[in-house]
Amino acid sequence: MSAGRTVIVVGGGLGGLWATLTIAEAGHRVLLFSLFEVMRSHSVCAQGGINAVLDAKGQHDSVEQHIVDTIKGGSYLANQPPIKSLCEGAPGLIRTFERLGVTFSRTPEGLLDQRLFGGVKKKRTCFAGASTGQQLLYGVDQQVRRLQADGRVEKHEWWEFLSLVKDADGTCRGIVAMDLRSQELQAFRADAVVLATGGLGQIYAPKTTCSTNSTGAAASRVFQQGARFANAEFFQFHPTAMLGEDKTRLMSEAARGEGGRVWVPRDPADHREPGRIPESARFYFLEDWYPAYGNTVPRDIASRAIWKVTREFGLGIGGGDRVYLDLTHLDSAFVSTRLGAILSIYRKFAGVDPLDTPMEIFPAAHYAMGGLWVDFERDERSGGVKQDSPRNHATNIAGLYACGECDYAYHGANRLGANSLLSASYSGRVAGESVAAYLQGLGAGSQDLPAEPFDREVRRQAQINARFAGAHGDQNPYRLHDALGALMTAKVGVVRDNGSLDAAIAELAELEQRFERLDLGERSGWANQSLAHARQVFDMVKLAQVMAASARARDECRGAHYKPAFDLQIPEGKYAGDPEYEAYRARWKAANTRWLKTTTAEYATDGPRIGFEDVDLSLLAPEEPRDYR
Amino acid sequence: MIRANVELRIRRQDTPGSAPYWQVFNAPVRERDNVISVLMQLRQQPVTADGQRVDPVAFEHNCMEEVCGACAMLINGLPRPSCSALIDELDHPIVLEPLPKFPVVRDLIVDRSRMSEHLQRVKAWIRIDGAWEIHERTQRQSQQAWARNYLYSRCMSCGCCMAACPQFGPDKAFVGPAPLAQVRLMNAHPTGRYDSAERLHAIMAEGGLTDCGNAQNCVRVCPKEIPLTTAIGELGRQTTLQMLKDLFGA
Repeated sequence: MSAGRTVIVVGGGLGGLWATLTIAEAGHRVLLFSLFEVMRSHSVCAQGGINAVLDAKGQHDSVEQHIVDTIKGGSYLANQPPIKSLCEGAPGLIRTFERLGVTFSRTPEGLLDQRLFGGVKKKRTCFAGASTGQQLLYGVDQQVRRLQADGRVEKHEWWEFLSLVKDADGTCRGIVAMDLRSQELQAFRADAVVLATGGLGQIYAPKTTCSTNSTGAAASRVFQQGARFANAEFFQFHPTAMLGEDKTRLMSEAARGEGGRVWVPRDPADHREPGRIPESARFYFLEDWYPAYGNTVPRDIASRAIWKVTREFGLGIGGGDRVYLDLTHLDSAFVSTRLGAILSIYRKFAGVDPLDTPMEIFPAAHYAMGGLWVDFERDERSGGVKQDSPRNHATNIAGLYACGECDYAYHGANRLGANSLLSASYSGRVAGESVAAYLQGLGAGSQDLPAEPFDREVRRQAQINARFAGAHGDQNPYRLHDALGALMTAKVGVVRDNGSLDAAIAELAELEQRFERLDLGERSGWANQSLAHARQVFDMVKLAQVMAASARARDECRGAHYKPAFDLQIPEGKYAGDPEYEAYRARWKAANTRWLKTTTAEYATDGPRIGFEDVDLSLLAPEEPRDYR
Repeated sequence: MIRANVELRIRRQDTPGSAPYWQVFNAPVRERDNVISVLMQLRQQPVTADGQRVDPVAFEHNCMEEVCGACAMLINGLPRPSCSALIDELDHPIVLEPLPKFPVVRDLIVDRSRMSEHLQRVKAWIRIDGAWEIHERTQRQSQQAWARNYLYSRCMSCGCCMAACPQFGPDKAFVGPAPLAQVRLMNAHPTGRYDSAERLHAIMAEGGLTDCGNAQNCVRVCPKEIPLTTAIGELGRQTTLQMLKDLFGA
């Protein structure tokens, strides 16, 4: 303890709390920053479960299969050594969670139960009712509270991260944050900083399943200070979200995993109540198009199928943007036990009981596969990552680490369901270990630095606050946010084309200009939410520019990034060995030589600089295109 | 999509030390709107019913699906999460006030840090050697025991039960129903029970279990229908046994 350093962790979801726990247990003091009480973080919204191979269902599941599913689910775009270590670490992580007191659901024998999720053929998903994320987060939250009681963790809740402080060598030495109540700006010194600030679904608001604090603003801020961003064009649209004006609430993939069926009436003019529509008049399009996986195809495929059946075939319910997710054929006691939390959300917000009436759903913005670029060190012996290497989860800024949804590491072009709670927790743990290793090799601490870089950064942030607060225009920050969400949903969404993307890039530049004419609508110097929100929306626009530019640069279809003009269609009815399929495979491989690359983005004042770098494919060569038929 | 206007009467307060005051708004309402979604609309153009342009109302929200606990407030006199308070199901005019018993930060935002302090006070955690992998199998637990524990593990510290409790308040020592239910949960865990004596002693001290007046308000307002009074009853038996053990050194 005496040799302990000080580390700042920004964000108190699963990633941030795991990093906090790991770093504090290594003997360092942690300052934990969060916009609100950490237990309210967006991790609580994850419903369905967390993947780990326990092979408890007599299906001969294996860690190797988890690795392959994750690699292929992400269309080979993720570096493979981190995936290997992630999947190998999963069972141990589950056992640790269980020790922390997490109430995982049980089999009649009292063992951990597992359920089926999308993109997978084995039951591999541990769960705690249908509130798994909440249960996992509380498990870690309680441990962090214990460390807080011991004085090893110091929480700074109600503080907003604004920027990094770097020394003359460009090493990260602390942060500047704003007290969201007093509006006070303060610099905090640290020997390392971990960013665990989550996703950015609010860029698509209100058509997103994400919490209102999942803005991506913190990641955007470090990007604007020189941290690289990667794979920004890969954003997952969850196929089954409720319809809503304020938010499109998630209906867990567990609903499909437990037997839920997706369908539309064969005749869009069929206005009968869904229960009165006979089987013969229903179109179970996922089962029809993908007989091998049926309703449990991966999310990107399900989202596009729903898009196609509604937008191209005009078969949405009542001709609109909605399809049925049906649980009514299942045993109601079984469904209530396994999916209770999501049933209650639907009942509360739609006023309809999914046990009696099929739910109405549509795809919505859900998860950023892309994020801050982070490094890893490959262990040549194991093929995974080297344990305790200070390079794991390090950004390109020395002393700055990133973990959880705000990094880009594990999911490639598309994330499999129930891999996010896994990657958030696992990456937090690894980032914590990595920081501990970094601190061992670190010379002088941040306490010995002169005050100048800290004071200068506080002054810079004060100027930005003054500019935002002092503008006398006509642009309301909440309306600017609406405009951003509408633009991104329409032009950088489920289906993309270069014309719309060019338009999006131009409109985003115009949206940024509108901040010159800002009107906060309040002058209060205490808990001024408009100021904090305006600054977030500005940084969201900067990040949206990276997403649009990255999407524009990638002329292919891969995972969640779908540009039909460049689609390589799998020949219908043809399989491996058929000449048509082999010709398709050859075209796919040729495209891979150009496009199987990580997209990188670096900040420049006139717009992000997009580049490409190789993916580590050392475990599984890209021979098999994704095929869920 | 705008269907009608709804009258909102909101109790406002600019700073923790300043006097509260009331403002009335006629807010536009869409299909299936809830209190938070109406407040979100209102902040784009915060004009009172008599045409006065005012500061947007400050409020807390995050998940919007009643799982994070952030947005609890007093709605028509009842403490509840505001995201799941559907406009159609409320009596009009709708009266919004900050959650009582907690200090007001601004408008509808309150400071619930006392909840976290009380969770510390009762040691609502499992004491582990460290969060590393120890290569040991998980312990078995019956589905029935799981179902009982799961009820309590869904507590999101929204504070509704505390706000409704006549025994909890800024000048009172009572630990409150939510932290008590966590003692029940932790004491039932296979390793958590090793520290049950310590947790029971914490709630046998001043401001502990005996301060509960059995008003049963907590269980009536809990949005997650957590059987708080059942937990308190079970803890009554546990503390009695603990008292006997303490007396006779068992």
